Amino acid sequence: MNRNGNTYTFIYASVMVIIVAAILSFTAITLKPLQDRNVEIEKKQNILAAINIETTVEEAEDIYAEKITDSYTINSKGEKTDGNAFTINLKKQQAKPLEERKLPIFEADLGDNGIKYVIPLRGSGLWGPIWGYVSLNDDFNTIYGAIFDHQGETPGLGAEITTDAFQEDFKEKTLFNEDGEFVSLIVAKAGENAPEQHKVDAISGGTITSKGLQDMLYNDLSAYLEFFNQKK
Amino acid sequence: MSDKESLFSKKNLRLLTDPLGKQNPITVQVLGICSALAVTAQLKPSVVMTLSVMVVLALSNVIVSLLRNTIPNRIRIIVQLVIVASLVILVDQVLKAFMYDVSKQLSVFVGLIITNCIIMGRLEAFALGNKPGPAFLDGIGNAAGYGLILIVVGFFRELLGAGTLWGFQVIPEGLYNFGYVNNGLMVLSPMALITVGIIIWVQRTKNQELVEENK
Repeated sequence: MNRNGNTYTFIYASVMVIIVAAILSFTAITLKPLQDRNVEIEKKQNILAAINIETTVEEAEDIYAEKITDSYTINSKGEKTDGNAFTINLKKQQAKPLEERKLPIFEADLGDNGIKYVIPLRGSGLWGPIWGYVSLNDDFNTIYGAIFDHQGETPGLGAEITTDAFQEDFKEKTLFNEDGEFVSLIVAKAGENAPEQHKVDAISGGTITSKGLQDMLYNDLSAYLEFFNQKK
Repeated sequence: MSDKESLFSKKNLRLLTDPLGKQNPITVQVLGICSALAVTAQLKPSVVMTLSVMVVLALSNVIVSLLRNTIPNRIRIIVQLVIVASLVILVDQVLKAFMYDVSKQLSVFVGLIITNCIIMGRLEAFALGNKPGPAFLDGIGNAAGYGLILIVVGFFRELLGAGTLWGFQVIPEGLYNFGYVNNGLMVLSPMALITVGIIIWVQRTKNQELVEENK
């Protein structure tokens, strides 16, 4: 057969595409359960990290079952709604108007340290989505712990939001000012004027990621304001 | 090439060693510069990227070499692209299932492998005209040559830019107390280019035959 003919080229391309598609779908379907499980364990580790508990992959599930006592979703008026806080898709929820959103909350019982409330966050960095979890004390004002992650921020710059050095700074900061107004947190450059109790040090070279993180905190936490006010 | 030639003959071994030095894909052929800038802010992504490129390049070289007598000439670039892209997706899927940490570390860089000019360059220049054995060695060699530069650049950028290596603090705290500061410029892309430039300069000073004549 003529290797430069149209027929040969068409057949070659078609066969190649079918074989490749078969191989890729087979791999994707076979590996999917393993991948989903990795994602689930990672999520549990993240939620635990937000209440300052470091876990290994092996122990994460047991510790999660022990510490996280309750998880539920609420609406913007602070009423409980039906929905699974763990499997809810934040991206889809954020696309809805505030009144229709389901807002997930995880409750953790840390014994002597009291009850902590973990809230998942999702926003935009420079190159793609960033997300994280913050935990609040039961005054619904003071941050107990925070953890952030990202899809594709620049290593050494925006990606620094995943480091302990950045996340440590959030602890003990407050969301409301003395007059009880919601200010959220300000991810500020050195020299930027912001009240100390709301200010977190931004990342040099990662301004857009830092500001994206600040917006994420403000937007996502403000949806819970009614809930905070009722519970306080 | 005779059929009986051993895979590790002198000529074939040069396929492995040449890309490390006078045929280096980055410093001599100036290919793959874009990813060399993107991933080298720290040592760890540089190493992981090297290993992933090695797997993809060696396997795609072998596959293209096996198919070299069947590929229609007019769509050969498309065929090569499909092969490389599928391999990259496979690597990504396997990493996500079995080495989740590493896969997170790589994130967008996996996609960047497809755009790496070295891979298409080697497929075109070598795999299409050679047997699978040598093509495999050529793939490993070129990925190693590429990786060598990545790791050297990553080493200096992380050391001078963040004072760490592989995430561990190596520059002693005491030095900072004497007024030493990390060089923030090192973590930005321009310094990757300048570091590669310095490597090229050193290499050409040592190996005069690489210096082009001015016409």
